[in-house]
Amino acid sequence: MSVIVRVPTPLRKLTNGQGEIPVNAKNIAELIENLEKNYPGMKARLCDDSGNVRKFINIFINEEDIRFKQNMQTTVKEGDDVSIVPAIAGGKRL
Amino acid sequence: MSITKTKSYTLGLRCRECLKEYPIQPHHVCEDCFGPLEAVYDYAAIKKVLTREKILSRKHTMWRYQELLPLDQDPTVGLEVGYTPFYRSRRLAQTLGLKELYIKNDAVNFPTLSFKDRVVAVALSKAKEFGMNIVACASTGNLANSLAANAAQAGLESYIFIPADLEQGKVLGTLVFGSHVIGIRGNYDEVNRLCSEIADKYGWAFVNINIRPFYGEGSKTYTYEILEQLGWRAPQHVVVPMAGGSLITKVKKAIKEFYDLGLTEDASTKMHGAQAEGCGPIVHAVIAGNDLFKPEKPNTIAKSLAIGNPADGYYAIKAIKESGGWAATATDEEIVEAMKLLATTEGIFTETAGGVTLAALKKLIQSGHIPPDESVVLSITGNGLKTQEALVGKVGVPELIDAKLSEFDRIYKKP
Repeated sequence: MSVIVRVPTPLRKLTNGQGEIPVNAKNIAELIENLEKNYPGMKARLCDDSGNVRKFINIFINEEDIRFKQNMQTTVKEGDDVSIVPAIAGGKRL
Repeated sequence: MSITKTKSYTLGLRCRECLKEYPIQPHHVCEDCFGPLEAVYDYAAIKKVLTREKILSRKHTMWRYQELLPLDQDPTVGLEVGYTPFYRSRRLAQTLGLKELYIKNDAVNFPTLSFKDRVVAVALSKAKEFGMNIVACASTGNLANSLAANAAQAGLESYIFIPADLEQGKVLGTLVFGSHVIGIRGNYDEVNRLCSEIADKYGWAFVNINIRPFYGEGSKTYTYEILEQLGWRAPQHVVVPMAGGSLITKVKKAIKEFYDLGLTEDASTKMHGAQAEGCGPIVHAVIAGNDLFKPEKPNTIAKSLAIGNPADGYYAIKAIKESGGWAATATDEEIVEAMKLLATTEGIFTETAGGVTLAALKKLIQSGHIPPDESVVLSITGNGLKTQEALVGKVGVPELIDAKLSEFDRIYKKP
C-alpha cells in the first residue's frame, strides 16, 4: 500500500528537501521502518531508544492522531495522508 | 519605570529534553529531538542582586522579579500587570474544613482579569525586542483578551485565532480592542495546529508558539507573588488549573528558583492539578500512573481549559508526581456548584476554570491528598464575568415587584 507521508521542515534534511514522500506500508510501525530504509537516520529522529514515537512528535492519519487509533499498529491504506508533526503547541500540519 | 536593569540575566535557550543550546531567538522547538526550548538564566549573577530587600523596594507589579524574566531590556509592554490580591480565606476554609487556606486572585489581574496578562506582558516585550510588529495567538479566550488589550496599548497589530464557539464575553472582550479576530470552525487543538502553520509562513510573533519559551516564563510571577505574600514561605499545597499544563510547571519552577536564590527556606510544596472531567488528559494520566497522556476530545463548559492535546502535558504530569501532589477532575455540575460556593463564601466571581480548581480541591480533601491541617493555596486565574453563560438559569432570577413598599413587604414576609 502506498501512502503519502508529510515531513516537517526539520526532517527534510534527511529527505533531500522533499516535504511529501510516498511510502509502502501496512501500518505505522512498518511505515517508520520503510522510511528508515529509504532515508537513513529517520527512525532515530522519530523514535526514542525503546522504539516508541518520541514524546514530542505527533503522527496523524487523515488528520486523526494515531493515539486515538491503535498507535504503532494503526493500519494505513492506499491513499491515506500521514503527517509527522512536532507536538509543541499543538504541532504543525505541513 | 523605576526599575533600571544594568544587564540581562538570560544566557540563551536550551532544549528541555536533549539540552542542546540555542541563541536567544523566536524559536521554540529543538531541531534534533523536537523537545521544547526554555530560557536559561545566570542564577549566580541573579543571586547577587535579587534580595528580599531589593524586591520589597520595587513597585507592586510582576516586574519586581524582573531579573527572573527572559528580557534583555527593560519591559515595554504590560508595565502595570500583576501583584494581585492574596489573602487568607475564612468562610471558604471553614466550609471545607481547612485550617489554613489562602486564595491568590488573578481574576482581578490588570488589564484583562486573568493570569494571562502576565505571560502576554513578557511575550510582547520580547516580541518588541525582536523587532516583530505583528503579534498573534491561538487562544481559548483569556489569552485572546489579554493579547488584544496589551497589543492595543503597545501599538502593535494583533491577529487572534479562537475556536468559533467561545463564550460571547470573551469574543466581545477581544474585538473591543481592535484586533483582527478569526474564529475557527474547530476545537482549540485544531486552532493551534493552524496557527503553527501561519507562524511558519508569515513569521509573526505567535506568543504561545514561537515566543513560547519567553511567554511561559511570565506565569512564574504568579507564584513569586504567592511566596512573597505568604511571608517568604512556600505553602504545603497549591491547587492549579491546567489547560496546556504550562502554569503548574512554572509554579514548580518558581518555587525552586526562590529557594535556590535563598529567598525562601522551603521548596517542598505539593502541586495538585485540576481539569474538567470532559477534558482531563493530564489528570487522567496522573491517576492511571502514566508518564504520558492520551489526547482527548474536549467536552466541558470550562472552555478556557478545553485543550485535549496539552503542549506541556508531559511536564505537568512530571511536576505533579515529583512534588508528591495529586490531581482531580470536575464535572460540569461540580464546576457550577464550586463557582457558586466561591462566590457565596468569599465574594469572588471566578470563571469556569476557577470552579474546576475549587471542585478539585474539595475532592483532594475528601480523598486525603490534602490534609485539613496543612496550608493550601487555591489558584484563581480568571474572572466569572467572562463566562456568564455557564451560570444562566443556575443562580435564580430577581424577584419582580412594583415600586411600592407594600409590594416589598409582601415578598419580604413570604419566606
